[in-house]
Amino acid sequence: MNRTKVDEEEYWHSSKFKAFTFDDDDDELSQLKESKRAVNSLRDIVDDDDDDLERVSWSGEPVGSISWSIKETASSGGPTLEGREQLKARNSLSSYTPLPKPTSSYSLSSFFKALSDIPPKSFAPELRRPKGEYKDYSSDWSLSDTVRRLQKGKVCSLERFRSLQDKLQLLEEAVSIHDGNVITAVLIFLKRTLSKEILFRELEVRQVALRHLIHFLKEIGDQKMLLDLFRYLDRTEELALSQYQEHLSIQDPEKRKEFLKSCIGLPFSVEDVAHIQDHYTLLERQIIIEVNDRHLESSGQTEIFRKHPRKASILNMPLVTTLFYSCFYHYTEPEGTFSSPINLKKTFKIPDKQYVLTALAARAKLRAWQDVDALFTTKNWLGYTKKRAPIGFHRVVEILHKNNAPVQVLQEYIRLVEDVDTKLNLATKFKCHDVVIETYRDLKDRQQLVAYRDKVDKASAEEEKIDSILSNLVSNLDLSFYQPWEINCLQRIYWGYSQD
Amino acid sequence: MAAHLSYGRVNLNVLREAVRRELREFLDKCAGSKAIVWDEYLTGPFGLIAQYSLLKEHEVEKMFTLKGSRLPAADVKNIIFFVRPRLELMDIIAENVLSEDRRSPARDFHILFVPRRSLLCEQRLKDQGVLGSFIHREEYSLDLIPFDGDLLSMESESAFKECYLENDQTSLYHAAKGLMTLQALYGTIPQIFGKGECARQVANMMIRMKREFTGSQNSVFPVFDTLLLLDRNVDLLTPLATQLTYEGLIDEIYGIQNSYVKLPPEKFTPKKQGESGKDLPTEAKKLQLNSAEELYAEIRDKNFNAVGSVLSKKAKIISAAFEERHNAKTVGEIKQFVSQLPHMQAARGSLANHTSIAELIKDITTSEDFFDKLTVEQEFMSGIDTDKVNNYIEDCIAQKHPLIKILRLVCLQSVCNSGLKQKVLDYYKREILQTYGYEHMLTLNNLEQAGLLKPQAGSRNNYPTIRKTLRLWMDDVNEQNPNDISYVYSGYAPLSVRLAQLLARPGWRSIEEVLKMLPGPHFEERQQLPAGLQKKRQQGENRVTLVFFLGGVTYAEIAALRFLSQMEDGGTEYVIATTKLMNGTSWIESLMEKPF
Repeated sequence: MNRTKVDEEEYWHSSKFKAFTFDDDDDELSQLKESKRAVNSLRDIVDDDDDDLERVSWSGEPVGSISWSIKETASSGGPTLEGREQLKARNSLSSYTPLPKPTSSYSLSSFFKALSDIPPKSFAPELRRPKGEYKDYSSDWSLSDTVRRLQKGKVCSLERFRSLQDKLQLLEEAVSIHDGNVITAVLIFLKRTLSKEILFRELEVRQVALRHLIHFLKEIGDQKMLLDLFRYLDRTEELALSQYQEHLSIQDPEKRKEFLKSCIGLPFSVEDVAHIQDHYTLLERQIIIEVNDRHLESSGQTEIFRKHPRKASILNMPLVTTLFYSCFYHYTEPEGTFSSPINLKKTFKIPDKQYVLTALAARAKLRAWQDVDALFTTKNWLGYTKKRAPIGFHRVVEILHKNNAPVQVLQEYIRLVEDVDTKLNLATKFKCHDVVIETYRDLKDRQQLVAYRDKVDKASAEEEKIDSILSNLVSNLDLSFYQPWEINCLQRIYWGYSQD
Repeated sequence: MAAHLSYGRVNLNVLREAVRRELREFLDKCAGSKAIVWDEYLTGPFGLIAQYSLLKEHEVEKMFTLKGSRLPAADVKNIIFFVRPRLELMDIIAENVLSEDRRSPARDFHILFVPRRSLLCEQRLKDQGVLGSFIHREEYSLDLIPFDGDLLSMESESAFKECYLENDQTSLYHAAKGLMTLQALYGTIPQIFGKGECARQVANMMIRMKREFTGSQNSVFPVFDTLLLLDRNVDLLTPLATQLTYEGLIDEIYGIQNSYVKLPPEKFTPKKQGESGKDLPTEAKKLQLNSAEELYAEIRDKNFNAVGSVLSKKAKIISAAFEERHNAKTVGEIKQFVSQLPHMQAARGSLANHTSIAELIKDITTSEDFFDKLTVEQEFMSGIDTDKVNNYIEDCIAQKHPLIKILRLVCLQSVCNSGLKQKVLDYYKREILQTYGYEHMLTLNNLEQAGLLKPQAGSRNNYPTIRKTLRLWMDDVNEQNPNDISYVYSGYAPLSVRLAQLLARPGWRSIEEVLKMLPGPHFEERQQLPAGLQKKRQQGENRVTLVFFLGGVTYAEIAALRFLSQMEDGGTEYVIATTKLMNGTSWIESLMEKPF
């Protein structure tokens, strides 16, 4: 963004990079337009019966596809108007319990169906027995038979594996076939029949099984055992993050705050500790501000809240959003209050750049141009004022423009942009004619001035300004360098341009 | 129905038919009229293998979407739930079954788990007291779904996360099983190459599975010559960059789901004369995108900058064809013209759609922000200024652009620099947490674990060496008539595809050094073929290589492989398989900690 468009283009063409530009823009666009035109003109030739022809409903579902049919067969009314209404209501999702977003379609699931030996149907009769299914048919399956039966989805009791050694062999056999479903089945059995200490100890040396247990515990949401496991394994950072994650499920702000406080002492990495601390402090702050502002708003005494009612609560918003909020509603408060922007800046060590950007956006939104002005005014020790922007004035201009600042305000800041090309670019883009004209004047670029003359309104103040500059440009030429006839020529050229 | 699946070198309709047969067999097991209750997520993948008509032939009379409380009324004998094995879905099913009206005639319940039964889910049903209500509980192993004549996907969104973050190999096991199914149908693949930890695992599983089923000798003549297994984490860079092929951009901007894309409807409204602007459709326009559509097959893999000229050429041809009607004088000529009309109209419809899509995309690719983003991406990929805080990224954070966009860029920078300097990393982290919320610490942590965002270990940045040796950055890229795969990213040649290309010629031995810099082992295995099945290659016959991307593949990479398939002296044709069709956005999304 530091580079101007012109800069970029130059850079682009001179550097070895291939830009993804549409160089021959006209060509490209016209080609698209051409095909569009052809398509449109063809519409007149042929009747528009696409729908019948392609057998595609408007939404694009081919007629007869599954998702199309769910809608069709579910609405018993058929394609009557009423049916359509129902359909719309159904599609509006309001009546649906939204299904959770899939995180996995595979994990913890599987039953290997042998490619060769037993066709899947052969065990179907067994499945028909609703009662007998968890019963053992035979108690003398060997270790590998047991695992194989599990793998094929057959019923199989594991209870006869009593000794620790048997159980571990069973686990190892399950792991060796890589089937997550079987591994999990055995782990459930071990979890039920072994003490935590022994289970953890044995899994520590069986990494594959361990990873499956962690996944399984996450899946069923057994947070307590998961934390115990991490603690046992001394995987402290995972422990801390996993614990911290729980705050997301706490809705009550006070409780969430207390929970975050309890997280501060957890064994995070050094950088993360600071972030957790900030997270806690921020929520604490937000709770105070929220109570206070809700009161202010409902009492209707404060102008800013009357004019700009809050759209949402500030609770659980990110830091920068909170800063924006406080710049919007609490800009003038003394540093001592919790809701003052300066206080936030100091507490969270918000960098200057970030602070100025946010404050600028907030004050511009309120059209408080004086505040904007003050934001960039610095006084040196002699008492002279100077304009300075840590983010660069081009950014200031962009933000002001986004907030519909009037031209007078815009051009004031465009003038402060140092890079001439950037300045010209911005001024042209936002139609700040004065700045464009002055800049060309300073550059003594009459050609550009003449060209720009066409872009301003006829008989406007701008046009007049250009004309007067143009005549000055010629009269200011150091004529002593020229022969009289050359001067004549120059003057004729000038008049020739400006008179048409 | 799915003719486009059989156009390729390998007839994938065989696979489709096999899975359809299995579905029919299951439906017939539940005798009598039936209603299917769908886990909504499954309708997309199922749509690729079956239409409603197939279900109807097997007495499916009603279909519903799975949701809480009571099932809708339906006068059928069987209710079948088609679901993924997920615990929360089991709870909904239990609710359905328990609230069944006792007074109305009893209906039989069945469950079809896709792709696997799960003990955990059945346990949950048992806990809810409904397990006994189900007569058939079966699984439908839809491992690899044919998407196009040369493309298969498992559509497992979380495979990357499971493999590389949680170290859970379950999806690898399914990949291996899918490969065994392919071998059962298309013959044993004699040569297996691989790069990466997961690739090694899958090869091991395949070899073990083959050993265990030696009882049945595979007597199918082998169609594939080579299998190349590639770990996604060998090439973390490619999916992070913005794809610049037509199909890639459609996916980047609108997201292609199960070969369908939903587009804003405004540009697709037919303007009929005498109709005012009212009645504008508000529902998104849904289009299917695959090689069954001739025009799409021609333009999907082109660089977007080359699409406009093809469209305009097509427009001229079609206009000329319609003009022919003026020349048709005799009855015979008119008859001939009319007989061609349906085909011409279809071509016109197709052209209209893609012209509109191209316009939509162009609006975006010509925007200043798209240009700026691309500039930064290309700087990173060519190795410029990767070791300091980037102004553009900083600006995007300040303007609160979507977090995923920021994460893609920061990760790209990290990958192109073999990790970021600690100071730079800390700076980005802090900015992100302050602007988007501290809870994203969890997401940043995931990205770090996956190796996408990390501090530089030591002082060595390997990326420049890898880039130069593999020629990942090409200065003279030709977007219109490409001569190298780098056209798919307008300069950057996807690392993954470069590896495939170099494997075919001159072989990996030439790049041993670079292979060692990339994570995980590289290996070669051979599977013995019975004497009668060994191939005698005809002169000039191309080899067929199956490239399996473990952890996902982008459309731009697919385009690059198709480009290699079509090279005249290439000598190799590629079929592509993957755990998931994805792009940088859906990939990062899958690694983000929910709920957000």
